[in-house]
Amino acid sequence: MTSYIVRRLFATLPVMAVVALFVFFLLRFAPGDPAAIIAGDDATAESIAAVRAKLGLDRPMVEQFVVWVGQLLQGDMGVSIFSNLAVTRLIAQRLEPTVALTLSTLFVAVALAIPIGVVAAWKARKLVDRLAMAFAVLGFAMPTFVLAYILIYFFAVQWQLLPVQGYSPIREGFWPFVESLILPSVALGITYMALIARITRASMLEVLAQDYIRTANSKGLATDRVLLLHALKNAAVPIVTVIGIGIALLISGVVITETVFNIPGLGRLTVDAVLKRDYPVVQGLILVFAGAKVLVNLIIDISYAFLDPRIRY
Amino acid sequence: MFRRILAGALALAVPFAAANVQAQEKVLKAVMHADVRVIDPVWTTQTIANIHGALVYDTLFGNDGNQKPQPQMVGKYEISPDRLTYTFTLRDGLKFHDGSPVTTKDVIASLKRWGAKDGVGQRLMGFVTKMEPVDDKTFTMVLREPYGMVLESLGKSQSSIAAIMREKDALTDPQQQVKEAVGSGPYMFAKDQWVPGSKAVYLKNKDYVPRTEAPSSFAGAKIPGVDRIELVWISDPQTTMSALINGEIDFYEQPTNDFLPLLEKARGVKLMKTGKIDSTQGMIRLNHLHPPFDNVKARQAMYYLINQEDFLRTIVGDPKFYRVCKGLLTCGGPYENNGGSELMKEYNPKKALQLLKEAGYKGEPITVLAATDHATITPATQVLIQAMREAGINVDAQSMDWGSVVTRRAKKEPPSQGGWNIFVTTSGGVGSSNPVLHTWIGAACEKGLFGWPCDPEVEKLRNAFGMAATEEERQKIAKDLQTRAMEQVVFLPFGQWDTPIAFRGDKIDNVVPNTGLAVLWGITKK
Repeated sequence: MTSYIVRRLFATLPVMAVVALFVFFLLRFAPGDPAAIIAGDDATAESIAAVRAKLGLDRPMVEQFVVWVGQLLQGDMGVSIFSNLAVTRLIAQRLEPTVALTLSTLFVAVALAIPIGVVAAWKARKLVDRLAMAFAVLGFAMPTFVLAYILIYFFAVQWQLLPVQGYSPIREGFWPFVESLILPSVALGITYMALIARITRASMLEVLAQDYIRTANSKGLATDRVLLLHALKNAAVPIVTVIGIGIALLISGVVITETVFNIPGLGRLTVDAVLKRDYPVVQGLILVFAGAKVLVNLIIDISYAFLDPRIRY
Repeated sequence: MFRRILAGALALAVPFAAANVQAQEKVLKAVMHADVRVIDPVWTTQTIANIHGALVYDTLFGNDGNQKPQPQMVGKYEISPDRLTYTFTLRDGLKFHDGSPVTTKDVIASLKRWGAKDGVGQRLMGFVTKMEPVDDKTFTMVLREPYGMVLESLGKSQSSIAAIMREKDALTDPQQQVKEAVGSGPYMFAKDQWVPGSKAVYLKNKDYVPRTEAPSSFAGAKIPGVDRIELVWISDPQTTMSALINGEIDFYEQPTNDFLPLLEKARGVKLMKTGKIDSTQGMIRLNHLHPPFDNVKARQAMYYLINQEDFLRTIVGDPKFYRVCKGLLTCGGPYENNGGSELMKEYNPKKALQLLKEAGYKGEPITVLAATDHATITPATQVLIQAMREAGINVDAQSMDWGSVVTRRAKKEPPSQGGWNIFVTTSGGVGSSNPVLHTWIGAACEKGLFGWPCDPEVEKLRNAFGMAATEEERQKIAKDLQTRAMEQVVFLPFGQWDTPIAFRGDKIDNVVPNTGLAVLWGITKK
């Protein structure tokens, strides 16, 4: 197992190198110029050119790439063209809200989805199953922003129970922290809940048709014991996979949710940086996202070995 | 019942809440039109960077509510009889946020940097032969010929303000951003609490010594009204509106026009019309370098495609927030006039096409840079494109985000090689009210702004305005200038509109109308 993990970690290096290469050149080939945005509306072409020269953007692209890679190898992701702050600082500032939103969303999604999926499979093709799946389809089909605005309208504006927007770091108090995450987690979690519930149901149906489940039932085991201990554990591999995909997607930014609830996470940082053509920030973010996806995939793969003893690396 | 249950559940969680140390502070939470990403108001002309700048830095002069320059950091000043030498003496008690005193060395270095970067500053410095300190508090500015806009330029409150920085900051290359925002203004920038794209924090400068005169826009006493100002950035207008209604924010600088009826009805929320001339002016810019608009007749033909009501209804909707203005200088401003307005008499697409053909247009594609992500420019561009198509003009509408428009418009190449023919933009009413500050009215050829109108007469009149000694003279020159600029079609105006400020009237006081930039320092909490 250890050698497998080491091999997988080394395999990420060429992946990251390719990502770095692509993101750098794609950004440079895309239309737009940060110097023009910085110089502002009243700037002349000459003053834009002067800003571009000072930022080093007039240098040959290959030279810029070599400089950036050189910095990266020293652990330096560069400095934002606009704010003059280190990219690492900007990403670090946004990491906590994103991680908090990811975890709380998964909590909401998994807490709802697994019971719904298990019950739906247990009562397959009965009214409970159909209601559960109708709920899942509705949750999956409803755009997050629509649900978000509905939640804001009722829970924040009408009943004034929760804040409309913003993120309160945990160091500023536990309750404000929780309060700021309830609505975004529910809005986002419903979509993931629907996805996980459907996968759980499908996977459970497959397992429940196995001979050993019939044996367990026939020897008189309690239903909950059969469902949770015997069936769910063996149905877990596809469920874990879809949860893992969810984590990777959430970490790389859920722009709509972050925008509607004004959560200063990585998703909004990415969109803002792209719109402003803040090259160093976009480059740094894409590398972080790529790294996070590789890491999540690795963790998922390792978890298979614990969930299914037949899988060995 | 549901509400009670949920409230009960929430109450159970209260003991877990940590004490909020900021609860005792008076905090103003304001959502502006953009977020603070750049902390150097001289390096960029971005309005938000200058709103930040106006909190952190002070200026020698400040324009009052009537746009008249009044001394701000300057205690007293003298102008020599020949109007060539200005002697300024700083008032007592001026200190930077790091505790060091403001001296004339700081002032001169700051003015030099601003004068090298800002358009109005460059024009002023074109007249200045030298600036010399007499002592730590007094300095002289000597001009090569009289220039009537010295004080107005030093006190201007739009685009790059003439911010006074520490000498060591002001010596930074104007093409590079200063690293620290340390000024002598009423608020101190808390850089350690800055989260670009989310929040910028300003703390009350307890050492600030305000002037004794009554506050008036950028002039008079700047008395910090709260302990802390947070410029919170919420990119979604609907969320911002809900946050204001819910009392989570106190001040919303530019609510979307669609939401104004809701905000007007919301309990505790007040709307304030922006300053008398702080409207937004819509402008269509033609590229004078390439056919067909290198021909003045083709440019004038475009006037027949502008029905300002169409643009304004599309952008704003409610007539109480817009006005038709067929001039280039802000309507409602001190130099509003009707010079050249007869060129915009009627909407007539057939006539437009006929004149274009007479100017040599043979149906070539006209490249329009169509921004897709701008609240006002996007719909205005669509109205223009529709009018052009109605006339039978071959429109090549190139859709792109605003960031790409600002890049593309700087290209001087022909449209077929990545250039352009038309783009739409806007300008603040305060700057547009003055022929010298209104850079879009200029026609300085290749050295001018995108579109590069080229007319020595326009430039001569702008200079003459700056050198005029009397108000009567200025009024006459302003009219001549607008007439000439409209004949040359430096840009096509498509009207003016206001964006009222929305704020919690039950929570804050002393909100004043914008005059180029938002005036935040005097706002107090109830």
